[in-house]
Amino acid sequence: MPSGLHAFEEFRPQPWRDRRMEVILGNLLRAGVMVSAVVVLWGACIYLHRHWHEAAAYRIFRGEPSDYRTIPGVIESARGGHGRGWIQLGLLLLIATPIARVAFSIVGFSIERDRLYVVFTCVVLVILLYSLLGSGLRL
Amino acid sequence: MQRGGGGRKGGIEDAAKGGSPRGYSGFHGKVLAPRTPGTPQGMTQPVAEGNIGNVTLPVRMTIPIFTLVVAAVSFAAGLLGSLTGLGGGVVLVPLLTIFFHVDIRYAIGASLVSVIATSSGAAAAYVKEGISNIRIGMFLEMATTSGALLGAFLATWMPVRAIAVIFGTVLLYSAYISRRVRTEAQRNLPPDPLATRLRLNGSFHDIEGHRTYNVQNVPSGFSLMFGAGTLSGLLGIGSGAVKVLAMDQAMRIPFKVSTTTSNFMIGVTAAASAGVYLSRGYVDPGLSMPVMLGVLAGSLLGTRILVKAETKSLRLVFSIVILVLGLQMLYKGFWGGL
Repeated sequence: MPSGLHAFEEFRPQPWRDRRMEVILGNLLRAGVMVSAVVVLWGACIYLHRHWHEAAAYRIFRGEPSDYRTIPGVIESARGGHGRGWIQLGLLLLIATPIARVAFSIVGFSIERDRLYVVFTCVVLVILLYSLLGSGLRL
Repeated sequence: MQRGGGGRKGGIEDAAKGGSPRGYSGFHGKVLAPRTPGTPQGMTQPVAEGNIGNVTLPVRMTIPIFTLVVAAVSFAAGLLGSLTGLGGGVVLVPLLTIFFHVDIRYAIGASLVSVIATSSGAAAAYVKEGISNIRIGMFLEMATTSGALLGAFLATWMPVRAIAVIFGTVLLYSAYISRRVRTEAQRNLPPDPLATRLRLNGSFHDIEGHRTYNVQNVPSGFSLMFGAGTLSGLLGIGSGAVKVLAMDQAMRIPFKVSTTTSNFMIGVTAAASAGVYLSRGYVDPGLSMPVMLGVLAGSLLGTRILVKAETKSLRLVFSIVILVLGLQMLYKGFWGGL
């Protein structure tokens, strides 16, 4: 501990601590990650069971078929019981987790009546949604 | 040297032309048409597998073994990623391309997944511990997400090698700059008016005690973050290195707060470009599955270590990781093999 630190702290403005929000955001992130991990794990069981003896080859890029490139395709594939469909569904949930975190932050900051950060967070969410929807990702 | 490089490049092109399925279980047996319709010998000959590159490691692996090895490597990547705020993508893209001969586009897709997994998995712990600063994170995310948007669209017409060279250069520069340790005087800076108005200043608690900090140079930090976002859109990684550096070096935020806040942010940056890569077919479920699960487990272990670790050793790990990988990427970018 530097000796000068105490004197400093006296006239330093109280640092912002958003304890409650930190705990809620932490739990939200954990839940999102855990749910997606379970879905991916389930898909992995099916996938490994079906492709146990095949060789892995990723040297040449072929691109994924549309089943794994669009949200309806992924859902359809998962409903058909395909391991890869379930994995891809879990990955979609994983991608949704940070987006949900941003969306929830808007609620959190408005509860704290912090208008500046409500605006900041809205800007982030709009850019996020724009890049997701404008990227050709079919919903 | 030049001749050798040319030969290798030829090998890759041959392989691409052949496009033979080689047991790739790919898409439930449906083999997609190769980009150039297969030449007869391409279909019969498993095109010179061992000749590409000088590493002859896993030439042919079955899916369970491949899954297991990739998961183990991803575990290490997630551990390092959550400790350094780099997100695991920095480690995974080179490892997958160099040692597993994965096409860089699949590797980018998988590392994108790994970045989101590390970020969300580790951030859950770091946010609860109060080490990451969510206000700094949210404020700077405006810069990184808009940068990522630009980068993802530039990526379509950037050649793969140029991306590798950019990536390598960024890593080398980061390794050089991040070794600089701050003096006590540099740690205790007076509050900056802009940072105070944006409520960015904060405090945290770790093994070294309770520390408060005042954020500096907000405009330059914000611009650097835009650059970091562009790179992450280009490379498919969170480019946590640039984020950590912008916070640590420009904004004078304590190293642990910088790495954990970077870790908190990279998931959002990666999610911004996830749509682009997903819809282009870069995200392969068979490859992303072990990556995601491995990285997640590794990142959860990393969060337990970081709280107890000394900043000095974290800085060292950070710069070693990016130095080694920067050199590898430059080599691959200049002499081929990607």
